Amino acid sequence: MLPELEKIKAGALGELKDIRDLAALESWRVRHLGKKSPLNTALRGLAGLPPEERKSTGAVANQIKQLLEESFRQRNEALKEDRIQSATRKEFFDITLPGRPYPVGGLHPLTQTLNEICDIFTSMGFDIAEGPDVEWDYYNFEALNIPQEHPARDNMSSCWIDGRTESNRGKMLLRTHTTAVTARTLEKLKPPIRIIEPGNVYRYEASDATHVPMFHQIDGIAVDRSITMADLKGTLYEFARRFFGEGRRVRFRCDYFPFVEPGVEMAIECAVCHGNGCRLCKDSGWIEVLGAGMTHPKVLERGGIDPREYGSFAFGIGIDRLPMLRYGIDDIRLLYGSDLRFLRQFQG
Amino acid sequence: MKVPLKWLKEYIDLTVTPAELARRLTMAGFEVQSLQGTGQSWENVVIGQIVAINPHPNADRLRLPTVDLGNEQQTVVCGAPNLNIGDKVAFARSGAELINPHTGKKERLTPAKIRGFVSSGMVCSERELGLSEKHEGILVLPPDAPVGRPLAEYLGDVVIDLDITPNRADCLSIIGIAREAAALTGQKTHITEPTYEEKGSPIDRQIAVEIAAPDLCPRYCASLITGVRIAPSPPWLQERLQACGMRPINNVVDVTNYVMLEYGQPLHAFDYEKIRGRKIIVRRAREGEGITSLDGTGRTLSEDTLVIADGERSVAIAGVMGGANSEVSDRTTSILLEAANFNPASIHYTSRKLLLTSEASMRFERGITPGLAAPALKRATALILQLAGGTAAAGIVDAYPGKREAAPIPLSHHDVNRLLAIDISREQVMGILISLGFACTATDAGLLVTPPYWRGDIRLGVDLIEEVARITGYDKIPTTMLGQPIPPSRPLPILGLRKKIRQALVGYGFQEIITYSLTGLELLRKLAPQSHAVIPTPVRVANPMTAEQEYLRNTLRAGLLSALALNRRHEDGGIRLFELGKIYLPRQNDLPEEPDALCCVLSGARYEKSWLTREEPCDFFDAVGIAEGLLHRTGVTADLEPSDDEGLHPTRQANITVNNKKLGVLGEVHPRVLEAFDLAGPVYLIEIDVNALLPLTGTVKAFEPLPRFPDIIRDLALVVDAETPHRKVLKIISQSPLVKKVTLFDVYTGNQVPAGKKSLAYRVFYQSPAQTLTDRQVDEAQSKILEQLAKQLDATLRS
Repeated sequence: MLPELEKIKAGALGELKDIRDLAALESWRVRHLGKKSPLNTALRGLAGLPPEERKSTGAVANQIKQLLEESFRQRNEALKEDRIQSATRKEFFDITLPGRPYPVGGLHPLTQTLNEICDIFTSMGFDIAEGPDVEWDYYNFEALNIPQEHPARDNMSSCWIDGRTESNRGKMLLRTHTTAVTARTLEKLKPPIRIIEPGNVYRYEASDATHVPMFHQIDGIAVDRSITMADLKGTLYEFARRFFGEGRRVRFRCDYFPFVEPGVEMAIECAVCHGNGCRLCKDSGWIEVLGAGMTHPKVLERGGIDPREYGSFAFGIGIDRLPMLRYGIDDIRLLYGSDLRFLRQFQG
Repeated sequence: MKVPLKWLKEYIDLTVTPAELARRLTMAGFEVQSLQGTGQSWENVVIGQIVAINPHPNADRLRLPTVDLGNEQQTVVCGAPNLNIGDKVAFARSGAELINPHTGKKERLTPAKIRGFVSSGMVCSERELGLSEKHEGILVLPPDAPVGRPLAEYLGDVVIDLDITPNRADCLSIIGIAREAAALTGQKTHITEPTYEEKGSPIDRQIAVEIAAPDLCPRYCASLITGVRIAPSPPWLQERLQACGMRPINNVVDVTNYVMLEYGQPLHAFDYEKIRGRKIIVRRAREGEGITSLDGTGRTLSEDTLVIADGERSVAIAGVMGGANSEVSDRTTSILLEAANFNPASIHYTSRKLLLTSEASMRFERGITPGLAAPALKRATALILQLAGGTAAAGIVDAYPGKREAAPIPLSHHDVNRLLAIDISREQVMGILISLGFACTATDAGLLVTPPYWRGDIRLGVDLIEEVARITGYDKIPTTMLGQPIPPSRPLPILGLRKKIRQALVGYGFQEIITYSLTGLELLRKLAPQSHAVIPTPVRVANPMTAEQEYLRNTLRAGLLSALALNRRHEDGGIRLFELGKIYLPRQNDLPEEPDALCCVLSGARYEKSWLTREEPCDFFDAVGIAEGLLHRTGVTADLEPSDDEGLHPTRQANITVNNKKLGVLGEVHPRVLEAFDLAGPVYLIEIDVNALLPLTGTVKAFEPLPRFPDIIRDLALVVDAETPHRKVLKIISQSPLVKKVTLFDVYTGNQVPAGKKSLAYRVFYQSPAQTLTDRQVDEAQSKILEQLAKQLDATLRS
C-alpha cells in the first residue's frame, strides 16, 4: 500500500505546482483532500490491514495528509496574497475625473431660515401654531388694539378679500402680520403659553427692491405668571445670539406697537460697519431685527386672560430680511423669483 | 419730524452733544433718521461787510470788493453781479474748504492770482457753502449778521430728523421734543405762557361759534386780529420753516405753520371779512356739499365729513384743509384764527376718503389733546401781532364741549419693579414722571398719577411703566431666561409631515421654490387648455394691486410651470422643482379653506450628460418612482388609477389613491399647457394633497421580526394581452401567502411574442416565517398563482 500512497502524494503535489488560481485550488482540495479523494479512500482502507501494517502505513498516510493540507494552506495563502496584490496594483487612475452627476436639490433659503428660527424657539419650550392667511379684521386688527381708523392701519396697507362682512369679525383680508395668529392663540389656549407662529403675510404695496406683496414673519407669545420684561430681553437676546452668532451687540429700545406696552424694538450691531455707520444701516450702526413688548392688557383680556394674574411678552420677526442680511442679498424679489441661479447658492 | 437744534435750544439748555441727544431720543422711542449739520465744514468762513468796490484793472466782468472782517479788511476778486456796499456777506479766508461749483467737490481755498491780481480769500455763494444750488450771485446775509464772527455760529445748525410713532402726536412739535430731551438729560424746559395785549373790543361781539357736532369736535378756540398787514415773513421765520421742510407763504400763514411746528397744534387763519354772518358753525357736511380746498381742487363732501362753516357755506374741511373762499390774501386785513380739536377717527376717515393729507390732518388723526388749543392760539396771536401788526380782540372764543377732568391713574411702584424686573424707589418713579410733566400724588395705596394736558396716550398703569422704563433706559433692565416650567408641548402633526416631504424631495434632487400666493386669472386659465375653466373659482382680492395679483391661487401648478419656463430661458438639462404651500379654496360664508398642497415638476435629463452617462430624458416612470418613494417615506403605499385631469396628457396620467380615495395626481403635462407656458416638453408633474395625506401618516406600526428562514427566488415570464395592466398581474401574484416580494424586471413586445400580446417577467421572492420552504412547496404556490393568472387574465407562461 505504501507505494500507492507515495504515488498519491507525488500526483497531488505535482498537480499543485501548476495551480494558478483559487478556483482551481479549491477543486484540487476536493480531489485530493475531499471525502472521496484517493487519500481518504486509502485511509478508510487501513481498517482492513493487519495491525502491524496498519500502524506503520497509517502513520505514513497521516503524514501525507498533513503535508497535503499544509501545502494547500500555503498555496491558498499565496494565491490570496497574489489576488490582493494584483487587485491593488499601482497603475494610473485619474481621481480628478468628475463624479457621476446625481441631481442635487435644496431647500429655499426662507425655509432654511424659518426652520432655524423655529428650532431656536422650540428648544426654549415654544410650540409652533399656525393661522389662516385670509383673516378676519377682528383678529388682524381689532383684537390687537387696532380699531377702525387707527393710524397704525395706515402702515399696514391691506389687501381686502371679496366677501361678506360679519358683524363681530368684520371684513376678510390677507393678514398683514402673523400677530393675527397671536390673537387666535390667546383665545384658544389657557396659560401657560409659549407659542411661535410662522407664516405668510401680505401688504398692499408695489414691488421694488425692498417691498413685495407677500413676505414672511414669525410672531411669538409667552404667557405665564410673573413674566417680566427681563424675560423678554433674555429670550430675544438668546435668539439673536444663536441666530447671528456670539459677539454681535444687541440693542433694545423703546418703540410703539398698539398690541404691546411697553413696546420694544430689538436691533443688532451692523455687521458691515460694526456700529460705526454705513449705507446698509443708514448710518445708525444698527439693524432693526424685530418688534416686541409686554402684551397689552387689553389684548390679553380679549383673549380671556386676566392681565392682573398673568404676565406676557410678544414679539414679531420679519423673516425675509434675515437671509438678506446674512448673505448680502440686495433685492427681496430674488427670494420669490424662483431663479435656480439664485436658489442653488443656498443648497449648501 | 425735523428739529433744528437752535430752535430746540429756545426751550432747553442742551448739555449733551447733538449725537448723544440723537442716541438718547432713539433709545427712548424717537428714532433718529438723520442728523444733518449745516456749517460744520465752515472753518475759516467769517461774516464780512462790503465797504468798497473797485473795478478790476484787467477784466470787465470782475470787480474788487473790499470786505471788512472786524479787525482787518481784505480785497479780493469777485465775478458776482450782486455786490453792494454795506451788504453783509460770507467771506472765506484761504484755508477754508468750499465746494467747487463746477465739479461739486470740496476744495481747499488757496491764494490765487486772477488776471494779475492776487486774491487770498473769496466772497461765497450759497452753492460754494453747500447751502443750496444757488450760484448766480453771492449769498447776502441779513443786516443783523455780526461782522467778524464765524459764519457757522450765525447760520450753521444741526437738524435732527425723527420718526414719531403714531401714539405720540404731542411730539410732532419742537416743544414736545424739548420736553423729552429735558427729561432724558435731566434739564428743565423754559416754556412761558404766551401773552399779548388785547386792545380790541370783546371777541364775542364779533364772532359766534357753534359746535353742532360735539362728538367730532371736542374744542374750538378762536381769536380775532384786525388791521394786520400781510407781508413776507422775516428771514429767521422763513429759514426755520424751510429747515423743517415747509414753504413760506406770508407772515400770517407762516405763523400758523410755525406755531403748529412749535406746539404741535394745527391752526388755521381765515380772512375774517370773508366769513359770512359773523358766525362759525362746526357741523357735518350736507350730502353733496361742495368746497374748493386751498390747493384749488373742487371737492364734493358727504355727511360723514366734518366742516367749518360760516352762516352760509363751508369755509374749511375741518382739520384737513382750509377753503379757498375764506383764504388769507395780500388784501386781507382781519384774521380769524382757529385752534381746534377734532376726533382722530373722523379726520383719518376724511383724509383717506378725499385722498388729502396735510400736516394738520396727520396731527389730528394721531390724536392731539384738546388742551393744546388755547396755548397755541395765544402764541400764534401774539406772533401775528408782532409780525403783521394789528389789534387783537379782547378774549378768545373757547367752545369746549369735550372738556374732561383728567382722571388720575393709580400706580404702585412695586408693579413697576415687578414688570421691569428692576429695583427703583417710589421717589425715582415719581421723579421720572414729574420730569415728563406728570402730576404725582403719593398715597398709602400707591401713587396717583395725572398725565399732563398734552399727553393723550396715557390711560393705564402699563403706559406709565413704559414711561419709567424708557426714561430709565431699556439697557438698565436685566436679561433673564424664562424660569417657569415649559408648557406641555402639542406639536402640529403637519409640521413633521412637511419636514419629511421636503427632506425626501431634496434627496431626489428637487429644488424648493416659494412663489406668491397671489396670482392672475389669465395664468390659471392656461392650466385648462380646452375649457379655460378655473375650478374652483378662486378667492378674489377686492383691491388688487395688479391683474397678476388679483386672485389667491387654487393650485400650485401655475407657479411651478412659470418657474420652469423662467429657468428654461437660461438652462438646458434636468430641472426638478417643488413647492409645498397653501392653496386657497373658497367656502360659503367663511374664511377660505387653506390646505397644504405639494406640486413637483421634472423635465429634461434625468442625469446631466457626462463622460459616464448618456443624456437620458426623465420620463413618466421617474414621476411614478419619485411619488412612490416619497409616499413610502411618509409610511403610505398608494395605488395608481386612471384619471382625467384636463391639464395632463390624456393617457399618461394617473390618480394617486389610497383605499380608492384620491390623494393626488401625476403625469405628463398636456402639450397644450406646455405651449401656453412657452415650454418644450415633456414635463412631468406630481401633485399631492398634503392635508389628505396627513391622516394616513403618523401611525406607529409594530416592528416585524427579521426573517429566520431563507427566501427562494423564482423568475416568472408571462405572456398577457398587451393592454393588461401590470398592477393586475402584480395583485394576483402578491395574493399568494408565501410571496414576500415581487419585482417586474422586463416588459417585452416584439417578434418573440404573438401580436397583441406582451411578455412581463417577474422575479418572485417566496418566504415563510415558520420554516425553510422546500422546492415542492414553492412549486405548489407557483402553480396556484399561474392558475389564477390564467383564469383571470388569460396569462400563460412564456416558453
